[in-house]
Amino acid sequence: MRTGAEGTTGIDRRRLLDALLSGGFVAFLGAVLYPVLRYLTPPPAHEAAASSVTAARVGEVKPNSGKVFRFGSKPGLLVRLPSGEWRAFSAVCTHLQCTVQYRADLERIWCPCHNGHFDLTGKNVSGPPPKPLEAYEVIVKGDEIVVVRRA
Amino acid sequence: MRLSSSAEPSRRTGLVGWFDDRIGISGAIDFLRHKTVPGGAHAAWYYFGGVSLFLFGIQVATGLLLLFYYKPGTETSYRSVQFIVTRVPFGWLMRSLHAWSANLMVFAVFVHMFSVYFMKAYRPPRELTWLTGVALLALTLTFGFSGYLLPWNELAFFATKVGTDIVAIVPLVGPGAARLLRGGDDVSDATLTRFFGFHVAILPAAFTAMLLIHLLLVQRQGMSESIRTRDEPAEAVPFYPGFIVRDAILWLGVLAVLLALCTFSPWELGVQADPFAAAPAGIRPEWYFAFVSQSLKYLPPRILGIDGEVVGICAFLIGAGFLVLAPFLDRRAARGARSPVFTFIGVAIVIYMVTMVTLAYVKPY
Repeated sequence: MRTGAEGTTGIDRRRLLDALLSGGFVAFLGAVLYPVLRYLTPPPAHEAAASSVTAARVGEVKPNSGKVFRFGSKPGLLVRLPSGEWRAFSAVCTHLQCTVQYRADLERIWCPCHNGHFDLTGKNVSGPPPKPLEAYEVIVKGDEIVVVRRA
Repeated sequence: MRLSSSAEPSRRTGLVGWFDDRIGISGAIDFLRHKTVPGGAHAAWYYFGGVSLFLFGIQVATGLLLLFYYKPGTETSYRSVQFIVTRVPFGWLMRSLHAWSANLMVFAVFVHMFSVYFMKAYRPPRELTWLTGVALLALTLTFGFSGYLLPWNELAFFATKVGTDIVAIVPLVGPGAARLLRGGDDVSDATLTRFFGFHVAILPAAFTAMLLIHLLLVQRQGMSESIRTRDEPAEAVPFYPGFIVRDAILWLGVLAVLLALCTFSPWELGVQADPFAAAPAGIRPEWYFAFVSQSLKYLPPRILGIDGEVVGICAFLIGAGFLVLAPFLDRRAARGARSPVFTFIGVAIVIYMVTMVTLAYVKPY
């Protein structure tokens, strides 16, 4: 800041006005942007995550096949092993969230998006997926196959 | 047009200099420095075009935000607007801003138009500016009409029924136009889809194109000076900073009024439309259509053997035609002379509109 010479008060006044004006402008911008950003942030969904669901009926899924079912807001995969045993997993691939499927020819769970393979315990065995699929518990209640999230 | 020679380095420094070296913005800056607009006694009226433009900007911004949550459809429209105003943070504000600034915009556009009319600024060589302005007024009203239906509430439903029926009254083209608007014989799901398309795609595109032409013409020809002051030495106000800063202050004032309206009187949502319920008592269109609907209430069923509302609608169409043709009819203003007949007609129209709108609110039946 220049000081001493005549007329400097004029410059100081100008700097003060400039600062007030730009400060006011920044405050205005903040007052506009804050509500807009809050508005764009989606409000939390009311739907509670399901903890148990009827995934299928016994006759619906043959041995050595699978069925994608709705588990809360996410897809799940029910697998019937060639032995007839039931397994259930999250159908959301741990790589990039594609929905996986059962491949009868490979007897594996397969994600077509980036060729990820999981074995029948949900373990990632080939391709890019970094983690195993979350496994669920399966309870056969009469005719109904009930899938339960493990506590 | 070359704004500055790119061969010579810019005499400006910093960021401005950097851009000046590449795309030559010095010319534009110098131009703004030297541009002036007319001052004088009527200068205040010149600001209403800018206010209309500012409110249009708010419409675009809040409209884009509403699109993030709005779901068109008879099953979803009302609920999605309800969701916006009750669940989304600041959703009530965005919706109220959109609705209130739409109303203020219609008002500002009307004030702008009448101030241009009374100053006879439509006279040659500015007929094209006037015509694009009338087109912008028509588009603004169509925006209002189409947007009113989108929340799919009771008032909107019946207002659209009546409004599209009025279109059907117009001789010859009416019935076809009404069917085209409704997407069928009745106001239904199809109407809502169409109005949504008009409101968020067709009208914004048409309005923006028309607005650009309008502004280009204003820029090309400069603002009109009123006939009365033309012989006196013209008082000129620099566009930058004088006019721009005053514009900005006024816009901030308008924004403050708008926010106060939204906060203390948020726009109502009403009840969801039911096509099989009776029209509620006290139903009326938005105030800017009220002068039409109120007039129709006073007309007898038959006038000289013709249906009353046909006569009424034709009278309004003739009025609109007069508005469009004003620059070509007003020969005195074209010569630069005062034209009191046109001023008188304008005053009569304003008094008529204000009276009818007031009656629609004070004594609807």
